[in-house]
Amino acid sequence: MSASTDTYVPKTRVGRITNFVDTRVGGSSIVKEFGRKIFPDHWSFMFGEVALYSFVILLLSGTFLTFFFDPSMAETHYDGVYVPLKGVEMSVAYQSTLDISFEIRGGLFMRQLHHWSALMFVASVSFHMLRVFFTGAFRRPRELNWVVGCVLLILALAAGFTGYSLPDDLLSGNGLRIIDGVIKGIPLVGTYISLLLFGGEFPGTDIVGRLYVLHILLVPALILLMIAVHLFMVVVHKHTQYPGPGRSESNVVGFPIGPVYAAKAGGFFFVVFGILAVIAANFQILAIWDYGPYDPSPVSAGTQPDWYIGWVDGALRLMPGVGEFVIFGRTISLNVLLPALAPAGLLFTLMFAWPWIERWVTKDHREHHILDRPRNAPFRTGIGVAGIVFYSVMWAAASSDLIATHFHVSLNDVTYWLRALFFLGPILGFIVTRRICLALQRKDREIALHGRETGRIVRLPHGEFIEVHEPLNDYKLYRLVNFESPEVLPAQPNKAGHIKRSEKLRGSLSRFFFEDRVAPVTRAELEAAHSHHAEVEAPAEKAEVSGR
Amino acid sequence: MKALSQRRRHPLAAVALLLLGLLVTGGLYAVAGNVNEAKAQTTNFSAQDIEEGEKLFVANCATCHGIGAVGAPQGAHGNQAGPALIGVGAAAVDFQVGTGRMPMQMSGPQAQAKPNQFSEEQTMQLAAYVASLGAGPAIPEEDLLDVAKGDPAAGGEIFRVNCAMCHNASAAGGALTRGKFAPALAGVSEAHIYEAMATGPQNMPVFSDANISPEEKRDVIAFLKTIEEQGSPGGFSLGSLGPVSEGLLMWTAGLGIVIAFTIWLTQRSS
Repeated sequence: MSASTDTYVPKTRVGRITNFVDTRVGGSSIVKEFGRKIFPDHWSFMFGEVALYSFVILLLSGTFLTFFFDPSMAETHYDGVYVPLKGVEMSVAYQSTLDISFEIRGGLFMRQLHHWSALMFVASVSFHMLRVFFTGAFRRPRELNWVVGCVLLILALAAGFTGYSLPDDLLSGNGLRIIDGVIKGIPLVGTYISLLLFGGEFPGTDIVGRLYVLHILLVPALILLMIAVHLFMVVVHKHTQYPGPGRSESNVVGFPIGPVYAAKAGGFFFVVFGILAVIAANFQILAIWDYGPYDPSPVSAGTQPDWYIGWVDGALRLMPGVGEFVIFGRTISLNVLLPALAPAGLLFTLMFAWPWIERWVTKDHREHHILDRPRNAPFRTGIGVAGIVFYSVMWAAASSDLIATHFHVSLNDVTYWLRALFFLGPILGFIVTRRICLALQRKDREIALHGRETGRIVRLPHGEFIEVHEPLNDYKLYRLVNFESPEVLPAQPNKAGHIKRSEKLRGSLSRFFFEDRVAPVTRAELEAAHSHHAEVEAPAEKAEVSGR
Repeated sequence: MKALSQRRRHPLAAVALLLLGLLVTGGLYAVAGNVNEAKAQTTNFSAQDIEEGEKLFVANCATCHGIGAVGAPQGAHGNQAGPALIGVGAAAVDFQVGTGRMPMQMSGPQAQAKPNQFSEEQTMQLAAYVASLGAGPAIPEEDLLDVAKGDPAAGGEIFRVNCAMCHNASAAGGALTRGKFAPALAGVSEAHIYEAMATGPQNMPVFSDANISPEEKRDVIAFLKTIEEQGSPGGFSLGSLGPVSEGLLMWTAGLGIVIAFTIWLTQRSS
């Protein structure tokens, strides 16, 4: 048993120590397994990493803050160095945040680093998810990892919101008040939930302590767990890659983790840390001393949540003041509940379900490891942009007051426009995006068949003028011709010969999605085009298959 | 006592009670009103100032406010080119003309601040003329504007309760309905802040001396001047606009720089 390990005698001291450790924990097999994992290289693949690094920075800076933060809502009178608040009545939580900002060495920097990292964390998570969506990386076998990612997004929002409410300043209190309003808007049980959550009538004396436990224990633990599951699945599934020569569904082309990626990723962590540190050192964030301690009576103008909760706040701002009615002596307040929950519910439901919706419509149950270029999946790209527009309209609505003051327009007009865009924007976004994708595909097709236009006009001996087209090299050509373009799959009868209603719906969705399509260039077309340039101009047009 | 209880059902008892109630209410109101107006007129303007002011007024203001500052006639929808200025006081004139809001550059949701159109002396003369038309809030004395005597912490509390809902807790300004807005307060002089509170220009409510006393107004000014002078301890304030400008920075500069680095890191291969 020990024969193999004993025969190896290290020559140096470092070698001896390494060998000692290795023979006891088996490090070399782990390094062998993970160090040889191949990752493809593309800038858009790095945002998951950015999210991970921001999270690590959040843990580091957050730990520092917990040393000094006191999550108590006991009343006190400020006696610190900040003159405009001297003697003002406030909670201990707010006072300790002021102390972190003004009296603890490096405290303000750490607070700002923590907050900026939180903004970066959610931003990079969002960016990462958009990349995964638009390239179709969520398809089999990665559907469950997509779901884990969606859960991570929700956890990130939860982490952000619970943290936002901790300093107990006026801004965070206003935010909590809105949450309280939404909870109280739930029919029948809302009031009771609110009383339970706040330990009495809002704001009570419990909420900061409770949110603190969630913020520093439960939510980060869940995030860590989900990150572990997420990364484990990435290892199991292997990374996706963009189409290119030599890349297939059964291989991964790129660099191994060790040593190239380990070095790159390690360096990248410090790059992200550096960027956030520079921002945190130079840009003020959440100036709690400006807002003052929380007091339920004042509400400041320009009260907004952090950017990632903004869209929910925007939906509340867009909702007209209708939908409140009384049934059996109980007030049902849909004018708060509906905007707070419906758009978020719709967006998250579609997000979670999208891999299955797409599979159902296309009936494509194959594994996919090669990514789509967004233009080569016009329907999906269109849907994605519709979602972005839907989100952005609500997002913009959260800053409607600042739009009004900074662009010198009427606040009412901003609201009216955004209300219209709330419904029309996603539709327009879908149509325009799909048309742009199809146009780009046609352009790709043109270039693949006829090469790049050089702008050089040549006169032939018999007097004809032609423009010289420069053929693409094989690498570029491969990118343009190697993609899949799903076709309309009409409703199919089942074994009994019936076409079920759900199948009819699927068929019409399939028509809606894939009726307009641009077929990939075939080998025959390519050869024809290259041998007989002038003659194939017309036939190439015909080759564009239309579902009509 | 017995005579009173015997006559409680007299036909005129209700009328007497009503009269008594009205007298008490009216009397109290008059006293309260006098408390406000007691400080109303403290600066004395000379007759010459008033005369010069009237000339300026007729030449520059009467188009909208009418000769004698009686206001323009109301239009069909209750619109009015300019309101009557009798009783608005010297403080209103000093604020409106001193900040360039009057004469108004153009019609709009509210008058915008711009470079002054009149010299200090002319402004004073206009104020003298308008003050002579009826009692109103006066231009505050130096003592009420002395920031050193104010308590910024107390002023901060008053500011958050009374002013922040329009002007923003960090005095960065905010939107009102239909294109109206509450301006940012950085760079506004002490006297103009005081006068704004006392006279309620544009869409601002009047904070009378009974509501916020002159000393409390001084506290508010002290608070505003303190936060203006201290700057932003955490670096660039991004307009003190809160989460919107912070999110904007993260999505533009923050993500932009990260994207630049990702492109650099993955540049050599593929």
